[in-house]
Amino acid sequence: MNKYILKRLGIAALTLLVIVFILFMMMKLMPGTPFNDEKLPPEKIASLMAKYGLDKPLYVQFFKYVVNLVKFDFGISYVINKDISINLMLSTRVPTSIRIGLQAVALGTVIGLILGIVAALKHNTIWDNLTTVISVLGVSVPSYVFALGLLYVFAFKLKLFPLLYSKVHPFQSSLLPTFSLSMFTIASIARFTRTEMLEVLDSDYILLVESKGISGSALIFRHALRNALIPIVTVLGPLVVGLMTGSLVVEKIFSIPGLGAMTTAAIQANDYNVTIASTYIYSLMYIVIMLVVDISYGIIDPRIRLAKEGSGE
Amino acid sequence: MAREKIMEVRDLSISFKTTSGILNAIRGVDMDLYRGETVAIVGESGSGKSVTAKAMMGILASNAIVNSGSVKFTYDNKGVSKTVDILKMKKSDIRREINGQHIAMVFQDPMTSLDPTMTIGKQITESMIWHYKTPKKEAEEKAIELLSLVGITEPEKRIKNYPHQLSGGMRQRVVIAIAMACDPDLLICDEPTTALDVTIQARILELIKDIQYKKNISVIYITHDLGVVAKVADYVDVMYAGKLVEKGTIDEIFYEPHHPYTWGLLSAMPDLDTRDERLYTIPGSPPNMMKPIPGDAFAPRNQYALNIDNRLDPPMFKLTDTHYAATWLLDERAPKFDMPPEIAARIARMKKEENHDDQ
Ligand SMILES: Nc1ncnc2c1ncn2[C@@H]1O[C@H](COP(=O)(O)OP(=O)(O)OP(=O)(O)O)[C@@H](O)[C@H]1O
Ligand SMILES: [Mg+2]
Repeated sequence: MNKYILKRLGIAALTLLVIVFILFMMMKLMPGTPFNDEKLPPEKIASLMAKYGLDKPLYVQFFKYVVNLVKFDFGISYVINKDISINLMLSTRVPTSIRIGLQAVALGTVIGLILGIVAALKHNTIWDNLTTVISVLGVSVPSYVFALGLLYVFAFKLKLFPLLYSKVHPFQSSLLPTFSLSMFTIASIARFTRTEMLEVLDSDYILLVESKGISGSALIFRHALRNALIPIVTVLGPLVVGLMTGSLVVEKIFSIPGLGAMTTAAIQANDYNVTIASTYIYSLMYIVIMLVVDISYGIIDPRIRLAKEGSGE
Repeated sequence: MAREKIMEVRDLSISFKTTSGILNAIRGVDMDLYRGETVAIVGESGSGKSVTAKAMMGILASNAIVNSGSVKFTYDNKGVSKTVDILKMKKSDIRREINGQHIAMVFQDPMTSLDPTMTIGKQITESMIWHYKTPKKEAEEKAIELLSLVGITEPEKRIKNYPHQLSGGMRQRVVIAIAMACDPDLLICDEPTTALDVTIQARILELIKDIQYKKNISVIYITHDLGVVAKVADYVDVMYAGKLVEKGTIDEIFYEPHHPYTWGLLSAMPDLDTRDERLYTIPGSPPNMMKPIPGDAFAPRNQYALNIDNRLDPPMFKLTDTHYAATWLLDERAPKFDMPPEIAARIARMKKEENHDDQ
């Protein structure tokens, strides 16, 4: 297992390096330099280039850039919060986004699993049909529509929740955004769980477990769900990515001071440093999640874990 | 010694709800099983062998409809003999009282019948801990014992293995160990060797026989291979299209078969005698069980069919106390004729081999 985790870690680091390289190249391929002012004399531009190290060979620049990223040193914002350190901007935004994101993943996974399991156990009943309806809705309706709908009903009409995110009530005001974000996850996981559970429940090994006299939750969780989880875990990664893009919109709707809102603003304002910083953070989060998925995959499925170790024999 | 009956199936009739209609899989089956004895159920694919076994086990698929019948099972309940009708029991009661503890099953394909995410040790100990609350340590010791009983070397190491680390033959041994974990009275083996190599097949058969002898359990052996039957069974039930067409002791079925379908099965059996270049196959195919079957289901494939076969299903004619066959050929009004010469020759050959083996 350790060897397996190490290998996954290596792959993750490599992926991150590739992403960072692409980011760097995209920046370099943009027309012009940061000093495009026509009034600047060429010698002044040259000295500025020297000052910021932009006259050095590309590989030296790339190395420095990587070192700064690894140190989480993103420099300052040029536009949206002029001359403010980006790290300072991130320090409140990243935790907020991660918290809401994790809430949405957790909520989506738990509710999705429950719905899927119930649908499979009560195959071809009203519960099963209800789950199918929820899945179709959740997958086909975009999260901002849910967000607006929830806002209208629960915040505007029923006044159960605040209309906008507030730092004073960070949990209560994050519930509606969490729920709108998790709808897609709920729907996908429910649908997937239902299919996988039905298949597993129909398998020979479940019949053998039943013929041993095992029933109830031991049968469902210890045997059926554990096996059904193997393919379910694989879709978790892409789902989380979907969450990240969804958060761009949902953060805007609920005025959440998060990473998503900052990213949208930075892209609109051509604030390169901020764009790079948030892209980097997004990539990092994505890679961490994929790592977690890979590792839990190994934990659940001994065939993966042991195959990578060359089977204890 | 008086034989102790442990299972009595009467008039079992089971259908399945399918998208294309109702499929009548079992159409009136009677069967008896005594302690320590082996009954083989033979028949072509689709004849209803597995469905019968699953009904006995209480693990019928959810789309199954039990039209009629009873499956009376007698077992020792804390020192008192108790008889239950499996078909009338609640599923949860069957799991709690019968499955694993009194009736266990070995399935056809060892590659798919073990849980891939659990060590084989845990799969063996699970039912002991579940039913008897056996302490983990003790259960593990018993698992190691069971693994050596089924002929797995280094059982202490093996209990930590996962199914994918074992070969097919080994896995079937593990499945047998799982089945034996709670000391059942009845072991149902549904084609336990079909998916295995020929050499391993023989060893698994030996193993089941050995365990049966050591533990004095009853075994129901499901197969379409009469060669296997000859090796393991005391009694044989021949099944066709959801019905028993002939039943008898192993000698009666092999040396004095009366049903044309049994003749067909016997001729289809591979023979050591290589003068038979090609294996016989019974012409035609089994009937469509979605449609009502008028008369004898085997009639269309039976070269000896009488007119009455197309109208009326034959009853079981009694030949001896143990031997019955459902064919109108046994009616006193039926024309007299001799068994087809190839079958007669075949039987003579089997008898000779048998005598030869005994010396
Ligand atoms: N769950 C089910 N739903 C619908 N039909 C079924 C179901 N289970 C079995 N059948 C049908 O019942 C009939 C008997 O099946 P069964 O599995 O008992 O055959 P078998 O004698 O065991 O054959 P084989 O040698 O292929 O295992 C077949 O026609 C089969 O298609
Ligand atoms: Mg079968």
